[in-house]
Amino acid sequence: MIAADDKRVAELKIFMQESKAKDHPDSQLISILHKAQELFGYLSQGVMNEVAKEMNVPTAHIWGVATFYHYFNLKPKGRHSISVCLGTACYVKGAEEILNTIREELRIDFGQTSEDNFFTLQEARCLGACGLAPVIMIDDKIYGSLTPRKVLEIIKSYKK
Amino acid sequence: MISIFINDKPYKVEAGQTIMQAADKLGFHIPRLCYHPKLSIEGACRVCIVEVVGMRNYVASCAYPVSEGMKIYTNTEEIRRARRDIVELILDNHPEDCHTCERDGNCELQRLAFAMGIRKRHFEGEKKHYEKDLSSTSVIRDPNKCILCGRCVRICSEIQKVNALGYAHRGFKTVVMPAYNMPFKDSVCTTCGQCINVCPTAAFIEKNFTQELFQKLGDKSLIKVAQIAPSVRAAIGEAFNLEPGRQLEKELTAALRKLGFDYVFDTQFSADLTIMEEASEFLERFQGKGKLPMITSCSSAWMKCLEQFYPDLIDNVSTCKSPMSMASALIKSYFAKKIKADPKKILSVACMCCTAKKYEALRPELMVDGMQATDMVITTRELAWMIKSAGIDLLHIKGEEFDHPLGYSSGAGTIFGVTGGVMEAAIRTAYELYTGETLLDIEIQDIRGLKGIKEGKLVIDGKEIRIAVAHGLGNANEILNTIRKDLQRYHFVEIMGCPGGCIGGGGQPYAGSNSLPLDEECLMKRAEALYGLDRNKTIRRSHENPDVQRLYKEFLGRPMSAMSHKLLHTHYKPKEPRGIVPAELTAR
Repeated sequence: MIAADDKRVAELKIFMQESKAKDHPDSQLISILHKAQELFGYLSQGVMNEVAKEMNVPTAHIWGVATFYHYFNLKPKGRHSISVCLGTACYVKGAEEILNTIREELRIDFGQTSEDNFFTLQEARCLGACGLAPVIMIDDKIYGSLTPRKVLEIIKSYKK
Repeated sequence: MISIFINDKPYKVEAGQTIMQAADKLGFHIPRLCYHPKLSIEGACRVCIVEVVGMRNYVASCAYPVSEGMKIYTNTEEIRRARRDIVELILDNHPEDCHTCERDGNCELQRLAFAMGIRKRHFEGEKKHYEKDLSSTSVIRDPNKCILCGRCVRICSEIQKVNALGYAHRGFKTVVMPAYNMPFKDSVCTTCGQCINVCPTAAFIEKNFTQELFQKLGDKSLIKVAQIAPSVRAAIGEAFNLEPGRQLEKELTAALRKLGFDYVFDTQFSADLTIMEEASEFLERFQGKGKLPMITSCSSAWMKCLEQFYPDLIDNVSTCKSPMSMASALIKSYFAKKIKADPKKILSVACMCCTAKKYEALRPELMVDGMQATDMVITTRELAWMIKSAGIDLLHIKGEEFDHPLGYSSGAGTIFGVTGGVMEAAIRTAYELYTGETLLDIEIQDIRGLKGIKEGKLVIDGKEIRIAVAHGLGNANEILNTIRKDLQRYHFVEIMGCPGGCIGGGGQPYAGSNSLPLDEECLMKRAEALYGLDRNKTIRRSHENPDVQRLYKEFLGRPMSAMSHKLLHTHYKPKEPRGIVPAELTAR
């Protein structure tokens, strides 16, 4: 649930009111959902209900749009995001093994968030650090020359 | 007029129509699946493809307009093969369980596969696997059977304007579901069941009580009581391959006794009773005691819709229970006393044209002395199946009469099943209650027929009464928005949740091999069956029903009495989730 006095709700409402004043308010739904995700990090039922009410769009329709585009997150993001590079160099150097280790350790797949809300797993196509392959990036920090054992240690260090 | 060629033969057709529309009129029935004449064009299934000379690809004839000189081929070897492949690919992602499926023999996909000549399966691919949603009191959703034609989504948004359903996810993972994939029971679904009527397969079916009922009918300790809604008798013949329009009232009564019911009552009796209460309530409001306009409350889907979509109008809705719930309340009180039985030993079963009545039966506010008044609701389809399964020859059975004291009805009770019928019946009685004179011209043509919104006027004792009738929740939305803006516009409004009224209910027999669901011709024939019954009755006004008069004398006192309020009236409350009707539907 979103608190009624949440400033982000007020900001989203202003954005929606501006959208309604535009030429084709019917066509503003995607941009409103973008704004909502920018503010809240993901699209919760509560947020989608607010959009439905304000824009007079049925929730079933909003749900259709939100699930159609991969860009929209329907669950909260974890505290840290892990991007696993699957570019050519990393791939050749064993990125798949690294990926599988993370998948098993956190029991999540791409786009998902671990149960403890610590990590969200993402896929990357070359992080520009091919010399260090295979690499992963956690938030904005690069870790290179990885082995499955090293990855587990890194993950552990974040949980402390 | 423009010239086109179909299969090398020249024809003159009207411009501005689709290839399919033009071909239909010329006697070419291009196979189709997602198309429905009452719904917007989806072009989802691609079954209706034809070849148009000069086009790179085959075009969907449901969506492509005709143009001057167009050369169309509907039946070449390649088109036939392409169409067959399309249907086969649909089948490939569909459970192969036809012979145990609820819609075996009634399935449009099955019929289409047969017509396309699919005798062998060429494709073997991944199949979807989803849980069935069994949460609703009325409608079961089985995404495994869904072929994504989108008719349910379109009827729910375009005709009913409920918007309970939408497409979620994409590609192979697309599923039709309520918002947030919530259980159906927690969604804005009004349980009207129109999705069942338009679904070509068994992706939507009613919650079935036939096995449970067969079991209870075998229980010797129970007193089994049935009631039949007007529209059931007007349509059940279609499930036995009769042409629409033949009513089977007496045959049904006999069949229900053969099934094991001890008493068979008529919901039309309680429809007469509803009129006594509702007409009296209207006159009270008309004379200043209560809000106007007054809106009818018989339709269960409309009641759920009211609570979720129009809570601001709750006080405008009549407090009368539906005829089904009135009959059930009397069965467990008045009737139980008459036969000196413990009401707890009575099994009260309602045979209805409706899926929403299954929801209504479970409403806690309709309990009578702590008991559920209607124990079980079965639809026309379920009843037809039970009759067949029990080996009862409905068409050749000797007709029987309803039981007393809840079995006799006037013609006014009969026409409840058709849009406009409740209003017409109410006027027949209200006029006389108010003026003391008998209304002679009782067939009110202004509010008959299938126009979405019908308006009329009548003068009672020098005062003008403005009435309106809407059928289908989409039409209701229009009228309710009018009322919100102008409370003085009407005095009395009838709303039915389903297109055509109860005759088009979500529990009626599936369309046959040559007809489509919501077919107006079929609805008109069902309506005519009820109007015919009305015409043939000597008593056509509810207040002249001698059994209703006796009920008031012996038990209820008078309309709107304390006893009536206890048994025959109820109240509605706003409910979540709140429904949203978009002002203009975005074209998809």
